[in-house]
Amino acid sequence: MKNPAAKTPARTGRVLRTPGGLSVRVDGRTVTVVVLLLVAALAASVVLIGTGDFPIPAGDVLRTLFGAGEPGQEFIVRELRLPRVLVGLLVGASLGLGGALFQAISRNPLGSPDVLGLGQGATAGALIMIVLFSGSAAQVTFGALVGGLVTGFGIYVLAWKRGVHGYRLVLVGIGVSAIVTAVNGYLMTRADIVDASRAVVWMTGSLDGRDWDQVWPLLVLCVLLVPLCLANARGLRMTEMGDDVSYALGVRVERVRMLLLVAAVLLVAAATAAAGPVGFVALTAPQLARRLTRAPGPNLLPSLCMGAALLVTADWLSQRVFGAGRLPVGVVTGVLGGLYLLWLLVTERKAGRI
Amino acid sequence: MLVDSPPEARAQTVAAPPDRRVIRAAGLLVSVLVLACVAVASLVIGAKDLSLAQVWHGLFADSGSYGDVVVGERLSRTVLGLLAGAALGLSGAVLQALTRNPLADPGLLGINAGASAAVVTAVTFLGVTSLSGYVWFAFLGAAAVGALVWFLGGSRGATPVRLALAGTAISAALYGYLQAVMITDQAALGTMRFWTVGSLSSADSGTIVQVLPFFAVGTVLALALARPLNALEMGDDTARALGAHLTRTRALAMLAATVLCGAATAACGPIVFVGLMVPHVVRSFTGPDLRWILPYATVLSPVLLLGADVLGRIVARPSELQVGIVTAVLGGPVFIHLVRRRRTAQL
Repeated sequence: MKNPAAKTPARTGRVLRTPGGLSVRVDGRTVTVVVLLLVAALAASVVLIGTGDFPIPAGDVLRTLFGAGEPGQEFIVRELRLPRVLVGLLVGASLGLGGALFQAISRNPLGSPDVLGLGQGATAGALIMIVLFSGSAAQVTFGALVGGLVTGFGIYVLAWKRGVHGYRLVLVGIGVSAIVTAVNGYLMTRADIVDASRAVVWMTGSLDGRDWDQVWPLLVLCVLLVPLCLANARGLRMTEMGDDVSYALGVRVERVRMLLLVAAVLLVAAATAAAGPVGFVALTAPQLARRLTRAPGPNLLPSLCMGAALLVTADWLSQRVFGAGRLPVGVVTGVLGGLYLLWLLVTERKAGRI
Repeated sequence: MLVDSPPEARAQTVAAPPDRRVIRAAGLLVSVLVLACVAVASLVIGAKDLSLAQVWHGLFADSGSYGDVVVGERLSRTVLGLLAGAALGLSGAVLQALTRNPLADPGLLGINAGASAAVVTAVTFLGVTSLSGYVWFAFLGAAAVGALVWFLGGSRGATPVRLALAGTAISAALYGYLQAVMITDQAALGTMRFWTVGSLSSADSGTIVQVLPFFAVGTVLALALARPLNALEMGDDTARALGAHLTRTRALAMLAATVLCGAATAACGPIVFVGLMVPHVVRSFTGPDLRWILPYATVLSPVLLLGADVLGRIVARPSELQVGIVTAVLGGPVFIHLVRRRRTAQL
């Protein structure tokens, strides 16, 4: 990938310095984008909470959230809709961050977890639970988590050959993805039609019926992993200059890469376990974020916020366009993402970047 | 290979051809024999194993007994396996030569996904139920996606990564569409979840007659392109200097690959990796000459496909594992091995 910042004039931004000699560069535009995206995500969440068979005005939603609403609305908001929206925000954030990490590590705008087969792996785990054991929702979640982690580990091991090179990671991922897809197809043919229908909905990615049980594990994971990833973002950005240069600059390339890859696999697997493999968020969020911030580097925090905003907005769209509970959110992200992907391929090809 | 070899080696190549040609021809003969053995195995082995005498009776003295009916069923399945296998192998070999790309495979390039999406559209929205209807839609989808991947992935200077990514990305988008349709339409789900894994079990003589002309045209076209494609493999400039018509060759090759792959997909559903694996295996003992690779691929690909089909029947007795699943599980590791073996510079 050529440096996209070459076109924009070099911006130094502000530099914060501490007395101890530490310094950090703050890019004004990036901060603005992050704040705006956060606001957008929260606003969309409030609108989404108010949307459904029993509409609630935004003002009432806010009042209820701060503990001053009517008891009837309180139940709907707190027990039914808030957990769903929180799962949406967390899943979107995890996918956005995970996607940004994968794209930075594979140095390829298409090297997202969807393409690499992580979603397929999680699907295999979930399908085994649904088809072979007729498992409960919790068991399906567990199966998806294990499936995603095993697939991520497998891809990493298979792509390892004195370090993990970006292209090898992508192509090995494509191969693994094809094998797992075949296994999934087999499981689908083994299922009876009821299980198969349930499996297809799960495979598309849906937020229907998510409650607090899904929120807590995801929240804990995000609280642990997000700071870790952000702390290593500088090292990751250095690796974009090539392994040798970053070694010379004092980055332990393979360690940073492995740490972040493990974190990305965990994030994506957990998000997939909670909501199913919602397509294309991990692919599009980092690209959109990069275009908004116009900053080089992995853009981790903007991607995270973009993922959350995208997923919640897509869920709202799927409810508005198709009616509540008709089509899951994964269909909307799939269709929009597919179109975006085609556009991305055309422009990247013109720019000679992939 | 040819252009880079030192003068001594070239002199040897010129001096030695009779031996090598004899060996290759003999190898082709052996391959045909192996194919015959696999075909017989495909007739014999199944949920109920038959004896060779029963197969003979079923083939040449059909009296309508139980064994004869079984032979009849297995015969159409075997014939379809032969045809589809040859088609997939040939189209893979042609695509690999066309793109100068060792990883090109109809499945990997999204052609299968295009055919699947077109078929699900036909089943759900247009109410097409017969195979004669599917074939045309499968073609249409395969051709559209083939053209799109070609355009996006590298009409100028195709690299393996670009083509593979373009194919995968388009496949991903189309599978999203497939899922959306299957969620809303349970009848489509019932049909498609069996169709999308790729199987030979739906074969009957009507199917075979329907797709036979496409296989014939595609095979003849592909085999006839061996020489110009050989020239193309040496690079555009050399090929032009040798008198090859670049655009025409490319267009015809893409057409042949699409017709073959589209027909195979229409008849059996998407089957991946046959077209990837066989040309590689073949190339390791024929060298880079497509005049040998293409015939070998035509003979050996059905060996793989029928072999996988038989294996699927043995593994999951008394039921069976669909052939598309067996080939993916066998072919995935081969693909990963190829990726790992190559230096990244070559990718």
